[in-house]
Amino acid sequence: MELITTAHNGPSGIAAERLNEAECQSNFCEMHMPLEENAARVEAERCYFCFDAPCTEACPTGIDIPGFIRMIANGNAVGAAGLILEENIMGGTCARACPVETLCEGVCVRNHGDDRPVTIGLLQRFAVDEALQEGTEFFSRSEQTGKSIGVVGAGPAGLSCAHRLSVLGHNVVVYEARSKSGGLNEYGLAAYKMLNGFAQRETEFITSLGGIEIVHDVILGRDVTVQELQKRHDAVFLGIGLGGGNMLGIPGEEAEGVADAVAFIDGLRQADQLSAVPVGRRVVVIGGGMTAIDAAVQAKLLGAEEVTIAYRRGADAMKASIVEQEFAKIRGVSIRYWAQPGAVILEDGRAAGVEFQPSGDTEAGEKFVIPADMVLKAIGQGSHLERAESAGLFEVASGRLVVDEERRTSCSGIWAGGDCIAGGDDLTVSAVQDGKVAANSIHRALSL
Amino acid sequence: MNDLKSNFAGIESPNPFWLASAPPTDKAYNVNRAFEAGWGGVVWKTLGEAGPPIVNVSGPRYEALHGKDRSVIGFNNIELITDRPLELNLQEIAQVKKDWPDRALVVSLMVPCQEAAWKSILSQVEDTGADGLELNFGCPHGMSERGMGAAVGQVPDYVEMVTAWCKEYSRLPVIVKLTPNVTNIRQPAQAAKKGGADAVSLINTINSVMSVDLDSLSINPTIDAMGTHGGYCGPAVKPIALHMVSDLGRDPECEDLPISAIGGISNWRDAAEFLLLGAGNVQVCTAAMTHGFKIVDDMIDGLSRFMQEKGFASVSDLVGQAIPSLTDWQHLNLNYTVKAQIDQDLCIKCGRCHIVCEDTSHQAIYARHNGERRYEVNEEECVGCNLCVTVCPVENCLTLRKLENEVDVRTGQMVSPAEKLQWTRHPNNPMANADP
Repeated sequence: MELITTAHNGPSGIAAERLNEAECQSNFCEMHMPLEENAARVEAERCYFCFDAPCTEACPTGIDIPGFIRMIANGNAVGAAGLILEENIMGGTCARACPVETLCEGVCVRNHGDDRPVTIGLLQRFAVDEALQEGTEFFSRSEQTGKSIGVVGAGPAGLSCAHRLSVLGHNVVVYEARSKSGGLNEYGLAAYKMLNGFAQRETEFITSLGGIEIVHDVILGRDVTVQELQKRHDAVFLGIGLGGGNMLGIPGEEAEGVADAVAFIDGLRQADQLSAVPVGRRVVVIGGGMTAIDAAVQAKLLGAEEVTIAYRRGADAMKASIVEQEFAKIRGVSIRYWAQPGAVILEDGRAAGVEFQPSGDTEAGEKFVIPADMVLKAIGQGSHLERAESAGLFEVASGRLVVDEERRTSCSGIWAGGDCIAGGDDLTVSAVQDGKVAANSIHRALSL
Repeated sequence: MNDLKSNFAGIESPNPFWLASAPPTDKAYNVNRAFEAGWGGVVWKTLGEAGPPIVNVSGPRYEALHGKDRSVIGFNNIELITDRPLELNLQEIAQVKKDWPDRALVVSLMVPCQEAAWKSILSQVEDTGADGLELNFGCPHGMSERGMGAAVGQVPDYVEMVTAWCKEYSRLPVIVKLTPNVTNIRQPAQAAKKGGADAVSLINTINSVMSVDLDSLSINPTIDAMGTHGGYCGPAVKPIALHMVSDLGRDPECEDLPISAIGGISNWRDAAEFLLLGAGNVQVCTAAMTHGFKIVDDMIDGLSRFMQEKGFASVSDLVGQAIPSLTDWQHLNLNYTVKAQIDQDLCIKCGRCHIVCEDTSHQAIYARHNGERRYEVNEEECVGCNLCVTVCPVENCLTLRKLENEVDVRTGQMVSPAEKLQWTRHPNNPMANADP
């Protein structure tokens, strides 16, 4: 891709239209070009069809990766999609958003020596896109059980759970706080990963099975309570994700110009026009995860002149992989490691920079300031379990619901999955697995 | 660099690389280009008798079997003998020979099985100054249905008869080209020898149907929704050709009968293998048709360096050097024992060796060691079959270890390969021959 940047004379402060819409659209192009049919077949032929394949072991949803790749190699992309979706109904999103370099592709045996891994993510995308294009129906519903399950949250965990339950013959009502389905697929992932409204397309595919009713703009704790859901349904699944961003706890944090990275991305994803999204001339993103990368890169793509990710530890400790860090750097984002934020520097009550204290081994070093008119916090999200907790119904650890292997909460009849449970890794693919495992468990419980 | 000069059945050429009778040698234009590129000789594409020219299909006449990287593994054709007028071919042959006196120019022939027909064409070919004749008794499609080509090559009596006519009516060396579409290649070769042949060449192409189009449900290549079997060649047929060439190479009755090897020869390595198994020279077609004539550079350079490295002064020194290593099953040493061994430093842990052994062979490779993904040979079960070696994607990771003066833990027997034990003398063989 050719990155379109702005000259260093844009308006200071936070402003829209740093680039015009055409330039923004050009910048927000595909992160990795999808594979053409022939390229997919050639790449598929590279797979060694390993026994007990490490890639499958590394996939949180346990997709039979060598199996689906062999189908692509033999010209059966739709069959490949069937194999993928059987384990991961959001195979399309995961193919786009999974950090494959730390999962399947990271353990591909072809990493040995000077070889490179099979591009499993791109192959998965090829197969699923092909099947969605053809409108293939992979699933049918079992005989109706007459049972009803209430699912809270139409994100990856909730929709995965709902789909599996519907396949098993149950009826599902999904309660969603927002006006669109998809959760972070719709509101949280970087726009360039989910082009052309893919989150909505995938939701339509999932719900086209039938038996899944999604009710929007219903907030747990405000419009409905867990107890009411328990009365209404035979089982309840909570896939409520996380709440607002964590606080840095430093002076100046409340000032104008300081925002939550998740909210920034949310606004960007929902904007009709990318060029209308306000962004700073100089942006500092504080954090080290995928949200930090997504926010920083998108700020750059919107035309911010200088974007710096400041992280309090070294490159290896970053939750965002080295590959993601490099992805950001290639797009003009600077990363300052070992930088502990001390205060937001204000000018006329607005953010003008962030003062950092060198951390780690160089703790004794001098403080330094990175100028910024926009400061984005990407240091994790807090829980909003207060919506569900209802007088301590649940056992909670670090603000997240404690579940067992089958994703059962401590409260009988209530399952949970996705980012709201303890011990997770905040990945879409893990949320999908939670939903699937919970659905199977609910089915077993209701079949007793 | 070593001299690659070749003398095959009295026909001299600067190197042993000839182009086989086929489309690349159909006319002066191509042959001139081949000689410019450095080919030692050509066998001019088969001439038929005078009269209305042969008619070829105007639809596709070639089809390929592709490898994973779209390299051509196998190739087939339904082209007939030359479709150009006899007179034109003869004129061009004469001119080319005049222009390239140091190169071998052999003319392939196929006329009906009548003495007069052969007599007539032989004298015309001789007048061109060509160096030799190749009798096309091999073409398996189109012409064979008209009683020529493979239809002759499959009947040893006909092979002998026609060969004898050619020897009677021509002074030129006669090379008899054999069809592989027979059960025993020695019979037509022996017949050729009886008829007085100066040499044989093999293999011609193998009967084949390449593929079925899964959209139209008809065979490929398709000519107006119909197809027919064709002649198969290319790298895929090399092992079949090696077998047939070597079978003649060690047939006492074919002793001293020069062999021009044909069949999937694509590079100097292939050529060296055929020479070592008894061929006097080699002919190439598919490799040229898939890469152009330039491939001969590597063939010349590679073979020459190989000979230098191995201490062979001339091409003829190579001929048949590997023949003594070829025998019949019953003479193999059953005391020779090997076990698979895995180089753990090279192993990438794909597990293919394990699963093929587990599913289809001897359950002799463990998949886990103390719960870890680690592949190890269980020598108590390993029979040394080589399957794991063939499927391992990493070169030299899986190899076979020869047992010597140690107990084979599978059989509990001491292994002493120096004491040869052949099936002919094996205690389990009811027909065992006690004599050494």
